[in-house]
Amino acid sequence: MIATQSDAYQESFAAFQADQSATSPAWLNEARQTAWDRFLERGLPTRRDEDWRFTPVASLAGRNYRNVQSLSLASDTVETLLQRAKLDDDFHRLVFVNGHYVEGASSHQDLPEGVVVENLASSIREGRDLAEQLLTQPVGKEESAFTDLNTAFASDGAVIDVADGVTLDRPVHLIFLSVEDGPTACHPRNLIRLGNGSSATVVESYHGRDGDGYFTNAVTQIELAEQANLDHHKLQHEQRDSLHIASSHIDQKEHSRFCSHYFSFGAELARNELNCILDGEEIVSTLNGLYMPTGEQLMDCRTRIDHAKPNCNTYELYKGILDDRARGVFNGKIFVHQDAQKTDAKQSNQALLLSDDAVVNTKPQLEIYADDVKCTHGATIGELDEQALYYLRSRGIPESLARKMLIFAFANDVVQGVEVPAVVQHLEAILLSSHGLPDV
Amino acid sequence: MLEIKNLHARSEDTEILRGINLSVAAGEVHAIMGPNGSGKSTLAHVLAGREDYEITEGEVTYDGKDLLDMEIEERAAEGVFLAYQYPVEISGVSNKYFLKAAINSIHKYRDEPVISRKDFVALLKEKLELLGMDKSMMDRSVNEGFSGGEKKRNEILQMAMLEPKLAVLDETDSGLDIDALKIVSEGVNALRSPERAIIVVTHYQRLLEYIVPDKVHVLAGGKIVRSGDKSLALELEDKGYSFLQSGAETVAAG
Ligand SMILES: Nc1ncnc2c1ncn2[C@@H]1O[C@H](COP(=O)(O)OP(=O)(O)O)[C@@H](O)[C@H]1O
Ligand SMILES: [Mg+2]
Repeated sequence: MIATQSDAYQESFAAFQADQSATSPAWLNEARQTAWDRFLERGLPTRRDEDWRFTPVASLAGRNYRNVQSLSLASDTVETLLQRAKLDDDFHRLVFVNGHYVEGASSHQDLPEGVVVENLASSIREGRDLAEQLLTQPVGKEESAFTDLNTAFASDGAVIDVADGVTLDRPVHLIFLSVEDGPTACHPRNLIRLGNGSSATVVESYHGRDGDGYFTNAVTQIELAEQANLDHHKLQHEQRDSLHIASSHIDQKEHSRFCSHYFSFGAELARNELNCILDGEEIVSTLNGLYMPTGEQLMDCRTRIDHAKPNCNTYELYKGILDDRARGVFNGKIFVHQDAQKTDAKQSNQALLLSDDAVVNTKPQLEIYADDVKCTHGATIGELDEQALYYLRSRGIPESLARKMLIFAFANDVVQGVEVPAVVQHLEAILLSSHGLPDV
Repeated sequence: MLEIKNLHARSEDTEILRGINLSVAAGEVHAIMGPNGSGKSTLAHVLAGREDYEITEGEVTYDGKDLLDMEIEERAAEGVFLAYQYPVEISGVSNKYFLKAAINSIHKYRDEPVISRKDFVALLKEKLELLGMDKSMMDRSVNEGFSGGEKKRNEILQMAMLEPKLAVLDETDSGLDIDALKIVSEGVNALRSPERAIIVVTHYQRLLEYIVPDKVHVLAGGKIVRSGDKSLALELEDKGYSFLQSGAETVAAG
């Protein structure tokens, strides 16, 4: 069973290797092969796997997806999706179509001295150390089937490398589009490294064409040196029949600051993992998320924070709004290692169920091995507040608007946590069209 | 304007209102007094349309229409307003947005043009001044973190903004100090007019010194057991509610 499902990728991998191995450096061929072997051995996760208990991924992930080796570039679709994804013409923009960088759709602004913003295939060709370093070391704390699959097919993605003390003045917008016909798979691999005291803002957007379901399997590796500051956003708008699996692995050093804003709207099944390793003192990490599944969508949000050193603060706020027969999963792990005294970790996850058939499974998981720490977590699952609905209606506000007001109010603090105006506007426009507030 | 006939209401297994009869004409102010738990708030919410209660008997006519047949928001749009005894906090919705949404929802219901931003701001400023409220409160979430007194003022502010035809004030005086009580009373009195009716639910006769009622009713055990003019309020203040026992029997016997 398991072997059969991994088989789905056999043919693709053979074709991929045949196409790539001659031109790729030896270290990369080796990294791909090692990852592939591990993937075959491990197989796709099943529901017997504790981390996938509420997320049956095998049937979607085991389909025969085609790896797109070269683009046919159906340019109308690219243009339509691009218009949907674009946030601000002033941003640095890298566009990837079915996993491949498309220069013509991207736009480059002047970069400060010491900053590299390019695609991974170029980085590999240029022999940059960052690519070799991150592609040959384990992804995060431990590999998983999907990170291995990503490494096995690693060929392109975004690279953002900022030298010490440099501030990247405008956001870098990474746009990933699935455009090609048929069930396709892509495995974007993104590498972000900020040097001492440098700072950057990154936005990842995912969109796809209507039609057959496709599979996006993304991995983002982030390294923040001392006092570095990264504001990271992800806008997940995959098409409704698609599978979206992504993980971000963040390694933070002293006094660095990481802020993640995750917004999940699309895909049939979306699984997002954030793994933060706080390997230094005085680190601050903020993880905010909003997921809004409707219909039959399943959205699985996972965060894992490893407090490895003393005096770090982490703040986590995840909110879900679930309608129809949608399912949500939130799993927030916080490990406070023995050394990590004076840790301050706050986690809150709240779900709003708009229908009787919507289900959410939440699991905060705190493991604390230090004795002088402050850790709090809270989980609430509720429906729209009937008292509040009555109050609004008794002032003349129709029920439909009253409901929208309360839903918008619930989501709004996560949206307002975003500091990039174009992203806030984008989110407000979505909330306004689906559940949000009209201009009254 | 308002005609309540033999109104019975229950919540789950308990009958709370047991045959209320009350008639309020335009231009009048009625006070409803009575001990805790007698059903005053229930009556107020039944008029506003709260869905927790089941009406088992009786009818309510408002402006010639069947009030009990209307949706909650329809009642408000038709001019019914309830100032809550316990105003609801709504996190994440600003007072300003809320008020504008309410006004324009009512305008739309009445096929009137929506209020312009400019007119809204001017109207809000005027009413805030009337009630001695700071405009910074309008950018905060509805009632969130407001003190008891601020919540009550906010109710009267909403009333002043919406200019209802029938206002029911449920224990608006509780939680207000004497200065606030005066200000709120002025706000209410400013609304008194020959076209409007006001029902003031209160525990204490104190409020009725500022908002002088045309009629006073005593509600006990889900029924109106005594009705009279404003002197009834003074009598209650004097003797407490204990003398009602005999009164209740008198009414029942009559
Ligand atoms: N929603 C409800 N569910 C159950 N009991 C209620 C409800 N509302 C009111 N009651 C009961 O009805 C009685 C009258 O309450 P209320 O109308 O609030 O009285 P008052 O406002 O006169 O103090 C009380 O015994 C109260 O506990
Ligand atoms: Mg009451």
